[in-house]
Amino acid sequence: MNPVVLRNVAKHYRLDAVDVPALTDINVEIHAERFTVLSGPSGSGKTTLLNLIGCIDRPDSGELLVDGQEVLKLKDDALSDFRARRIGFVFQNFNLLPVLSAYENVEYPLLLSGKALNATQRRERVRALLDAVGLSDKANNRPGQLSGGQRQRVAIARALATEPMLVLADEPTANLDSHTGASIIELMRKMQRELRVSFVFSSHDPQVLAAADDVISIRDGRITDIRRLDHAVGTHPQPSPVPVQAHGHQQASRLEGTA
Amino acid sequence: MNTINLALRNLWRNHRRSLTTLLAMIVGAVSILLFGGYSGNINYGLQSGFVQHSGHLQIQHKDYFLYGSGNPAAYGIPNYQHIIDVVQNDAVLKPMLTVVTPTLNLGGIAGNFSQGVSRTVIGAGVVIDDQNRMRRWNDYGFPYHFKSLALTGTSPDSAVIGTGVARVLQLCGPLQVKHCPQAPAKVVTDGARAPDDIAALSAQEASGQPAQADTHIELLAANAHGAPNVAGLNVVKAELQGVKELDDLYVMLHLQQAQKLVYGGDAPQATAVVLQLQHTSQLPAARARLEELLRTTLKGEALEVHDFATLNPSYGQITGMFAAIFGFIAILIGAIVLFTVGNTMSMAVVERTVEIGTLRAIGLRRGGIRRLFVTEGLLLGVIGSVLGVLAALALAWLINHGGLTWTPPGNVEPVPLMVRVWGEARMIVGTAIGLTVVAVLSAWWPARRAARLEIVDALRHV
Repeated sequence: MNPVVLRNVAKHYRLDAVDVPALTDINVEIHAERFTVLSGPSGSGKTTLLNLIGCIDRPDSGELLVDGQEVLKLKDDALSDFRARRIGFVFQNFNLLPVLSAYENVEYPLLLSGKALNATQRRERVRALLDAVGLSDKANNRPGQLSGGQRQRVAIARALATEPMLVLADEPTANLDSHTGASIIELMRKMQRELRVSFVFSSHDPQVLAAADDVISIRDGRITDIRRLDHAVGTHPQPSPVPVQAHGHQQASRLEGTA
Repeated sequence: MNTINLALRNLWRNHRRSLTTLLAMIVGAVSILLFGGYSGNINYGLQSGFVQHSGHLQIQHKDYFLYGSGNPAAYGIPNYQHIIDVVQNDAVLKPMLTVVTPTLNLGGIAGNFSQGVSRTVIGAGVVIDDQNRMRRWNDYGFPYHFKSLALTGTSPDSAVIGTGVARVLQLCGPLQVKHCPQAPAKVVTDGARAPDDIAALSAQEASGQPAQADTHIELLAANAHGAPNVAGLNVVKAELQGVKELDDLYVMLHLQQAQKLVYGGDAPQATAVVLQLQHTSQLPAARARLEELLRTTLKGEALEVHDFATLNPSYGQITGMFAAIFGFIAILIGAIVLFTVGNTMSMAVVERTVEIGTLRAIGLRRGGIRRLFVTEGLLLGVIGSVLGVLAALALAWLINHGGLTWTPPGNVEPVPLMVRVWGEARMIVGTAIGLTVVAVLSAWWPARRAARLEIVDALRHV
């Protein structure tokens, strides 16, 4: 089962007295356990689409299934619980809680998710995640005591803490230098493979695009291209530059979606 | 990471603003508690004064309180000693009592006929030993220095008068009253002279007096049969009464002398049986028991019971005034705390908008956001109240040990300035809970606003 399915989704924003279409007629499915990138220029609608997939925004029309659940039918509290259990978030500005240590930031989603872990199990899980992102020695540091790259590593560990089926990352490398950005992408790629979780990014960073399994291109609120790239093995694959829809390139295959 | 821990850290994150808010709460709590302690002290002081002078309860002839104050003959209690015996031997009342004593109040004219001056007075006939015991009542631990009444150990015809009476009767000199201006030259009036029979009574009374003529006065009153009677009194002291109206009217004399003046050779009576209790808190129980006795053992007696607050309406008026001022201050402080905490929490919501969006995105419910900010308001309230109470206790201690004095209305001597905060559990708990509730209420609106933020709007907030 594909973790995310969008059908005929549309979203408008109200800007003063003017309706501004943000997304129009979106039909797409995100494949499981893949590295999917929503790509497009600024203002194209990729962040809006990511927000809809992450269940932190609602479309004006259409159908949205996440992990088989018709999330638009869920009330706010149920949707919060759903996000806590099934979705992890990585933000462009890291968005760690500044009053919590790295350890506590990773632990916090576990407390929210209601997962039946006792204190020892919770501790082991947090330690393992911090170890996996290479920050076991920074567990007691507050975000203010960490570099940008370290903060994003903590954010990745936090996003994975509840073992979600889907992790969403909104331009996770935008505030990092290229070297740090590359290491973050590498880390996410590694975690995605190890934990067999689906990652969806919004990004126009070439490094992120280079790491993607699937690329969904958006422009002016419409999906213009969907490419499935053969990156099942290897850490730095080259994406096909030719969208299936436009040219039917063999190296890329169309996802179950139309734009 | 529970909500309280997270809320505490959030408060500490912006500790300067949190401390400023706490300071406002501390100042508010201190203001309320110090004024409350001050007005409470006035309440206790007034109560002590009234209880020392007129007891907690008085048994009076029915309607004496309303109609009989100038008429002891018609509203006297003939068998007052029996009533005293019943009260003193009652098993319920006995453990509560400190003093049970009769008094006789009368109205009359005091004259210094050797100087040709007189004035209307109110006389109080009392048992001096009982009154001395009553003056020792100090249930609230005031730093009183007990002094025996001036009539202690004096002859039955002795009296103490107010300095106003002494002034009019031209006794300031003989009684060595300080700050008592000499009366102007005798005013010759065109009024009629005293009737011959009154003059004769006075002359007869004066003729039997020893040589202390310069402090001798005559007290004229109506006797039980409506006829005038005169008692010769030797004034031993003139005392300030605190209130000018009383100072100009007051005469205290021995009970037996007052009874002799009003009832002559008839059986003596009293206008009231005064009961002083160990503690004011016993008053409701004692009153209920007295009323039960009036319905049973003392059935048939035309008697009624009044408490000191009824007998002294100024007590209720003064305490009521202070209660109103206290309420006004409390409301004012409450409003200040409301807006201070509300402003602090509103600023926190604005500053932490992205954080609110993040928390919501990772699964915290709206209720969780609301709970977090309300908890921060609650913590500000609790910490501010606790620190405020501690600061008020410390300041009250300093004031109470600072040697400050003041002269309350109706008092003659200055008394130590005291602020009673320690031990006033009801006031302390009430203030602390009140301020905490106000802090929680003021956090509620910003918390609600934070909880209702749209996640994407919050995450986009700059």
